[in-house]
Amino acid sequence: MLSRTADSLYWVSRYVERAEYLARILEATTRLSNLPSSYGGAASEWISAVKTAGCGEIFPQHHDSATESSVHHFLCFSPDNPSSIRNCIEVARSNARAVRTALTSEMWDALNGAWLELKKYDGKTLTRDDYGRFIEFVKALSLTFDGSAYRTMLRSDAYWFSRLGVYVERADNTARILDVKYHVLLPETEKVGGSLDYFQWTTILREVSALTAYHWVYRESIKPWLVADLLIFNRQMPRSLASCYENISRFLDAIGDAYSRQGPAQRMARKTLSTLASRKITDIYDHGLHEFITDFINDNNRLGSTISEQYLV
Amino acid sequence: MAAFDEMSGFDGATRDAYAKLETWLKTTPPEEFSTRRSQADVFFRRIGITFAVYGDEQSTERLIPFDIIPRVITGPEWATLDRGLRQRVTALNMFLKDIYGPKECLKAGIMPDDLIYRNAGYCLQMINQPVPHDLYVHIAGIDIVRVDADNFYVLEDNARTPSGVSYMLENREVMLRLFPELFAQHRVAPVENYPDALLATLRSLAPRTAAKDPNVVLLTPGQFNSAFYEHSFLADKLGIELVEGSDLFVRDEVVYMRTTQGPRRVDVIYRRIDDDYIDPLAFRADSVLGVPGLISAYKAGNVTLTNAVGTGISDDKAVYSYMPEIVKFYTGEEPVLKNVPTFRCREPDALNYVLNNLGDLVVKEVNGSGGYGMLVGPHASKAQIETFRKKLKHEPEGFIAQPTLALSTCPTFVASGVAPRHVDLRPFVLTGSDGIRCVPGGLTRVALKDGSLVVNSSQGGGTKDTWVLDA
Repeated sequence: MLSRTADSLYWVSRYVERAEYLARILEATTRLSNLPSSYGGAASEWISAVKTAGCGEIFPQHHDSATESSVHHFLCFSPDNPSSIRNCIEVARSNARAVRTALTSEMWDALNGAWLELKKYDGKTLTRDDYGRFIEFVKALSLTFDGSAYRTMLRSDAYWFSRLGVYVERADNTARILDVKYHVLLPETEKVGGSLDYFQWTTILREVSALTAYHWVYRESIKPWLVADLLIFNRQMPRSLASCYENISRFLDAIGDAYSRQGPAQRMARKTLSTLASRKITDIYDHGLHEFITDFINDNNRLGSTISEQYLV
Repeated sequence: MAAFDEMSGFDGATRDAYAKLETWLKTTPPEEFSTRRSQADVFFRRIGITFAVYGDEQSTERLIPFDIIPRVITGPEWATLDRGLRQRVTALNMFLKDIYGPKECLKAGIMPDDLIYRNAGYCLQMINQPVPHDLYVHIAGIDIVRVDADNFYVLEDNARTPSGVSYMLENREVMLRLFPELFAQHRVAPVENYPDALLATLRSLAPRTAAKDPNVVLLTPGQFNSAFYEHSFLADKLGIELVEGSDLFVRDEVVYMRTTQGPRRVDVIYRRIDDDYIDPLAFRADSVLGVPGLISAYKAGNVTLTNAVGTGISDDKAVYSYMPEIVKFYTGEEPVLKNVPTFRCREPDALNYVLNNLGDLVVKEVNGSGGYGMLVGPHASKAQIETFRKKLKHEPEGFIAQPTLALSTCPTFVASGVAPRHVDLRPFVLTGSDGIRCVPGGLTRVALKDGSLVVNSSQGGGTKDTWVLDA
């Protein structure tokens, strides 16, 4: 297939995944910031949301303070923010249109329909309820798009590149949450925030839609090291780093097999996967959670560039 | 000037070919028609949305109106058209080969030398340059109008990158869904094999250096081009890659496309980019749509461009006026299809006549298209006529003039009900190294405004399904 087609498929999925991630951050942060301050609710949560969204540097260039309304606007619609939800959907749709015939009509309908829906928000001032509905709409888009891809695409390189986009982006997103919030996930002995952090932990779990999953997996009250374990190592958890890499490696192998050729991308993915399989949360704490996450984010970015050099240009 | 109506002739008596349609129009309750019309609309919007061009606000208005009353052409009428189209396209190919080669037609005095040599459409790069299989116009759209029961005229030849075939195909799809009972009553020749015919044609044109299974691609200017929808539609139907200029590169005079498995050779390029933009090294240096070096690969005979470079000269309306002589000269036959009588304003007598009769004539720029840059005398204001008078005096060789034809009409749904509206027809003629293919029918365009003769979609025209009845 054309490199440009593969590139567009990969980025369509990345942008749709990112839009959903932004929606989840906003949803979880709204909940946390509404708590009384004695339970950990604080206006500072909004700047933390901006950082988790990866906009820590550009946000202050456009806003003096991070409030519920400024952050909502910035992350959802602001033309100043290249990775606002609106921009994610627009870029995804534009990529999709350029390679229209490589998508199934269900995938196209999901994306084009969402893009048309987005127009309705143009120039409107949104209430808190409106934002709530908007966030539900974005989550529904990603479910429909992803479901359409899963249910209707031919299992060939087009599908594999589109899946790669989902998992490379998802790994990055989960790692970013850990990067911003690592300080509340330190091991028991360090006692950084005590029980105040309980609501931080549940917020993290909500951001990756894993609050219920946590209880099913560990069957005990929420402990920060188990939250970290779930997000990093648990292969059953679809947003964990380990699960993302299991999928990345699987789809890269499928491409490698189909093309009868392995390359640096396959080797890098396998290396990260084996690291995630062989280490335990206690080792990570010994070496520093933050260092581990920073390295992971860098490696994941490098994998993205390697996939691009190997296949997409 | 009364126009010939394809359903009821000049005298109101229903012609045989339309008998069943007329009954259908008379007996179907009006509500039924409005339901079907809105279903057609939904269907087109959906296709449009599916293919994306009509998704956004500005271009919703560009959704070309579709009229659900089909236009009928009888088997014998089509047989004549088909014969004439094949003859005309054969002649066009021989003409292009000649003017870029030995120039026998100029030696024989068929037309003045300067009409070719000083023509902006004459591509100097193509002189004495062989092209694969000696063919230039592989995909032609010949615009035809009708004036009475027996007479069809060619209005213009489109030998560059004619568009509209996707509407021909989709109009039929919509009609088959909406009115299966009508198809049961009529024996309508299918058009759905067009994509197969096109693919076979393109494959037959591969250069001799190509592999046995040639790689055919469709080159588009990209998603912001107004015809992108058609490009994407055709690539999908043909099962070929839809490429942009940046997907291709040239190495050692061979064209490759960038794929996930490395470079892959390209043998035939169905290009929907004009000559000017196709290679910044050969033509417009500011073009970002093209492929640098493409023309060098083309000249080396390693890739086929369809249509060939330099075919624009045969779209020239002054060259058009010589088509009857061109057909006779190359095929040795009388032309089957008539030309509209044309005054060449480059000739002083003709110019005089045109200037004295501007109010009755249609004046066109020789290299205009899309219905722009023309004067329709009977519908023009005094000021418009005076503007054209000045233009004509200033640059007579830039114009031709034709009598206003009474184009035939077809029954069409309009706000007030069913009314006659003027139509034309664009059949698509494919020429490969293995022969000519022409799917029966074509794209019928209809001028939706009462009395209007301008059918171009950019100026408020609509389309109809075109039925060629199997005898």
